[in-house]
Amino acid sequence: MNREQALGEIIARHAGREGPLLPILHDVQRELGCVDDAVEATIAAELNLSRAEVHGVVSFYHDFHAEADDRPEVQVCRAEACKARGVEALIAGAEAAAGTRVRLSTVYCLGLCSVGPNARVGDRLHARLDTGSLKRLIESV
Amino acid sequence: MSVVRISDDALARACGADELAAAFTRAGAEVERVSSWGMHWLEPLVEVSGVGYGPATIDDVAAILDGSSDKAIGRIDQHPFIVNQQRLTFARAGRTRPLSLEDYAATGGWQGLERARAIGPEKTIEEVITSGLRGRGGAGFPAGIKWQTVAKAAAARKYVVCNADEGDSGTFADRMLMEGDPFAIIEGMAIAAHAVGAHHGYIYVRSEYPDAIGTLEAAIALSASKVAPFELEVRAGAGAYVCGEETSLLNSLEGKRGEVRAKPPLPALKGLFGCPTVVNNVLTLTAIPHIVAEGGAEEYARLGIDRSRGTKPIQIAGNVRHGGLYETAFGITLRELVYDIGGGTASGRPVKAVQVGGPLGAYIHPDQFDLPFDYEAYAAADALIGHGGVVVFDDTADMADMARFALEFCAAESCGKCTPCRIGAVRGVEIVDRIRAGGRGRDRVESLPQMHNAAKAGRGRREQVALLEDLCDTMKYGSLCALGGFTPYPVLSALRHWPADFGHSGEPENADGI
Ligand SMILES: Cc1cc2nc3c(=O)[nH]c(=O)nc-3n(C[C@H](O)[C@H](O)[C@H](O)COP(=O)(O)O)c2cc1C
Ligand code: SF4
Ligand code: FES
Repeated sequence: MNREQALGEIIARHAGREGPLLPILHDVQRELGCVDDAVEATIAAELNLSRAEVHGVVSFYHDFHAEADDRPEVQVCRAEACKARGVEALIAGAEAAAGTRVRLSTVYCLGLCSVGPNARVGDRLHARLDTGSLKRLIESV
Repeated sequence: MSVVRISDDALARACGADELAAAFTRAGAEVERVSSWGMHWLEPLVEVSGVGYGPATIDDVAAILDGSSDKAIGRIDQHPFIVNQQRLTFARAGRTRPLSLEDYAATGGWQGLERARAIGPEKTIEEVITSGLRGRGGAGFPAGIKWQTVAKAAAARKYVVCNADEGDSGTFADRMLMEGDPFAIIEGMAIAAHAVGAHHGYIYVRSEYPDAIGTLEAAIALSASKVAPFELEVRAGAGAYVCGEETSLLNSLEGKRGEVRAKPPLPALKGLFGCPTVVNNVLTLTAIPHIVAEGGAEEYARLGIDRSRGTKPIQIAGNVRHGGLYETAFGITLRELVYDIGGGTASGRPVKAVQVGGPLGAYIHPDQFDLPFDYEAYAAADALIGHGGVVVFDDTADMADMARFALEFCAAESCGKCTPCRIGAVRGVEIVDRIRAGGRGRDRVESLPQMHNAAKAGRGRREQVALLEDLCDTMKYGSLCALGGFTPYPVLSALRHWPADFGHSGEPENADGI
């Protein structure tokens, strides 16, 4: 299935829902890897919105990206409770382990604030990380 | 062989509960996945015939099964952390299988909804008002009054929206309920819908909570016939902290940028798609079934102090030995929470600060630890309870770093609608940097010969501190919502109580050393 077909299918999946834009964008991001200009234009036409409106929404939310990044991603929580448990001391090592192969990104809180430092890979969460276990996690993705 | 119970809460799983459960199954045990008791330092916690073992690893399996494990903590329901709580909202925590309708009904499930249907909308709202329940999401607005406004609004379509955005660092109570007791949220929403005359509901869950989203969707499908004709749906957020603010959340649900709306109109009158809408936090809605059940409202109102009635699920997090979920009547002090219950820091070092109420909450100094958990008492101390997160820091924390982070976070998460927040947060980060650098020299424009009235010397630390205080004042009074309006709390409290971290004592008067 090509991108246009896939996009058409995603839009059709959410037809008839109230406020379908965010659910559509989530599926596009997950299945097509990004929400680029062409996708924005198609969604705008299908939902009877202006491209500016769609772009405004895409660019507002941290979860949507205009360009695809095929690298595996490790999200590390750097919010207050994880800072209190020492996450900042792990960052330099994590960056070294990630290099350019892994995308290391920051999230603010994964809801595991009593057992940090924490990280997320896909839908899997990892708690009680230290220098060694975070390095192993990054190397394993 | 008796049943082995292990939590399938996201926190337990992140600590290895799935692998542990698989190991028990391989060893021939029957494993039951239940909700979490909320004793996070013991996760993964294994329960066999009421006795707990934790934190357990795969190597402990054999010893736990033959009863010889040194990880035993005795009966879980007799553990001091549990017996000293007053669990109403979290009554089922650790005790039931999250998606078992049978367990739910056996523990009083649906009684609130049945009674609400029997006594009718008006009486239901009256009971919620009697209970004194205030919104648990942060603002503390009386839930019953909000419902009454929506109920009285004449409209063909109304909505009930559950705010499950839980963006505050240090909080996880909403997540635990969504994963551990989803039917209770659904029942609370169905009661709200019945009371105000709504037929459709949304649960807006942050995208950082994939487990919660999955559990809720399954629970909605399983209980559809119980709550019909009320229908509800889960919507995932998209990584914007500000979407926890109710009007931003409504815009997001409508498929728009999560910009905050000016109030009035109140969401209760013009909310989702312009219709009257109840927006309540997960904890508020989950407190409802108990309150509406026979005698619940009076019991709730008897607990607590002053105008803070009932119980508050408090989340003990950060650098603390015994972190977890602690539900208790209002009035408990931070000293009790941090030392008696939390056991002090996990690192064993002295406690330096506690942040209560998430990223917008003040940093509280140990000298203030007698403050009772109460909306008004906190407000009077320039602090806030917010969603009830308590994050402990030891003496290695640099409070200037934390103040800078608060502003950085505000800059990253600002919805951009108003200037004090959008621009002020960015300028604030710069000022904190200049304070730490001891001030700044004259800049290029100030050095121009024609700038006769510009300062002749640079600007010292003290001037930068005054500038930061001024900026915080502007943000506090000039922002449309609490993101810009409350960011000054962590910043100013850090500056006030730990000036040394900012290099703010015994400093030279300005950058030129004059
Ligand atoms: C920046 C910001 C973030 C907020 N985040 C949340 C949140 O994550 N969850 C929540 O329930 N309320 C949050 N609130 C409070 C909501 O605006 C609103 O008061 C609440 O959902 C009302 O429900 P309640 O009365 O049951 O507390 C936030 C407010 C602000 C200003
Ligand atoms: S204070 Fe910040 S987040 Fe709130 S409305 Fe203004 S710009 Fe938006
Ligand atoms: S602060 Fe890191 S998980 Fe909550």
